[in-house]
Amino acid sequence: MANDLRHKVAIVGAAETDILGTQPDMSRLGLHAQAAKNALDDAGLQLSDVDGILTAGASPNEISEYLGIVPRYIDGTSVGGCSFMIHVRHAVAAISAGYCDVALITHGESGRSRVDSGFGGSRQSSNAQFEAPYGTFGAPSTFSIPVMRHFHDYGTTKYQMAHIPAATREWALLNPMAIMQQAGAITPQDVLDSRMICYPFNLFDCCLVADGGGALVLVSEDRAKDFPNNPVYVLGTGESTAHSNVSQMRDFTTSDSTTMSSNEAFRLAGLGPQDIDHLMFYDAFSFTPMMFLEDLGYVKKGEVGPWLEDTKTDADGKTIYKTGPGGELPMNTNGGGLSYCHTGMYGMFALLESVFQLRGTAGERQLDGIHTSIAHGPGGMFAAAGTVIMSNE
Amino acid sequence: MADYEGALPQATHETEPFWEGAKAHKLMLPYCAACDAYDFYPRPFCRKCFSWDIEWKEASGKGKIATYVINHRGPRGFEDKAPYVIAVVELEEGPSMMTNLVMDEEPTPENVSVMADVEVVFTDVTDEVTLPHFRLV
Repeated sequence: MANDLRHKVAIVGAAETDILGTQPDMSRLGLHAQAAKNALDDAGLQLSDVDGILTAGASPNEISEYLGIVPRYIDGTSVGGCSFMIHVRHAVAAISAGYCDVALITHGESGRSRVDSGFGGSRQSSNAQFEAPYGTFGAPSTFSIPVMRHFHDYGTTKYQMAHIPAATREWALLNPMAIMQQAGAITPQDVLDSRMICYPFNLFDCCLVADGGGALVLVSEDRAKDFPNNPVYVLGTGESTAHSNVSQMRDFTTSDSTTMSSNEAFRLAGLGPQDIDHLMFYDAFSFTPMMFLEDLGYVKKGEVGPWLEDTKTDADGKTIYKTGPGGELPMNTNGGGLSYCHTGMYGMFALLESVFQLRGTAGERQLDGIHTSIAHGPGGMFAAAGTVIMSNE
Repeated sequence: MADYEGALPQATHETEPFWEGAKAHKLMLPYCAACDAYDFYPRPFCRKCFSWDIEWKEASGKGKIATYVINHRGPRGFEDKAPYVIAVVELEEGPSMMTNLVMDEEPTPENVSVMADVEVVFTDVTDEVTLPHFRLV
């Protein structure tokens, strides 16, 4: 069936940290970094040669930020002490598939001295030291951080940004599963008039908070037609991470992890942005898909604000939004994280809507004659990114 | 002083010079002489060349607002500070750091701007912890 991967991948760098024992002057991440340095030195490689990060006891977002690497393959499988054996197995698959050329698997643990141990929950983490003390309070106060820079550099306005929740609500009205299906339409002005949460985000700029879930089942192409539904084929995928803390984002007006992830997905699919019929661009907040429309090449960088504002009117005087029903670029047709559902990690729902649209089972919100769909989203505050391009042919 | 309820940082050996510096009202940054480059947040190595020969130098305290938000819903310890500015300041030396703006008036999009010049001020929030904040100049 699949190619035999036996003997196809080799370990060429291997090292411990300088000291094993009692090291209270090394942090958890410091130990990862020292081990990485020693293994890369052993292999005669630089940090810049690494394009895959696999790790446990730290998130790939943390390692990416700490070492300054923007990888094209990431693996944070963390199931206990054997995680590293599993990372080797995953690295074999990734390198064999061409997803990665140089995989760096790191371990670092302050098991005795407990320096920054309790990742994310410890007061010694990078977030606890360098963000939390300044009064951050969840996603609305951190996902909002890049926005004012885009406003400043490109003249984007809150009113333009408000077109995203307005357009997305139009789709929710057509989706019986959407939490806001009965809540009626909203205008961009309604968004501006809603309660201020964390400027520049008003309430309607923020996603819902809900309970729920979703699941996918995948098999190989040669079995796909044996199943009850029209198969949805995966044409190309991408992944990346560029930081962990939003304040460490290299450029607030562009997402490096998105660029890496989406370029990879288009390349593997052999397609360009113009070949995709349907967009699912994760909308944790109104600004989020605006970043993606630019970074994935649908709108020139800096121009998404005026582009969104350029609406049309139909014969009955109803506004047709660029990304809404009847618009030129249908996006987030389930009603999005903004009006359909957002549990905290919304990506699954973006994928599900791609599948339902490609199968032709999206009911009233069904797009006609579509063949390809893309589901793209961030992890954390533009920290990581993942992209999947699918087709029904 | 009244009991401070905001989240407090806890230093590790590698970040201690930063926090001890703040307590002494100095903005200390890690520096790699080989690259002539400062970095933030502190790490025991240089992200450019992976040298582990890092020095600490005092920064000018000057910078510009790279981006910001005005938070109206604060966490514990920040409830009565709202609305307050969470900003990312790009320091003169290159690196960027998150901080709060100390202002005499309530922050609005009209009186806070991206690219505004700022300088560091130090707030002693407890006997042990001082936070580097910034003010508009």
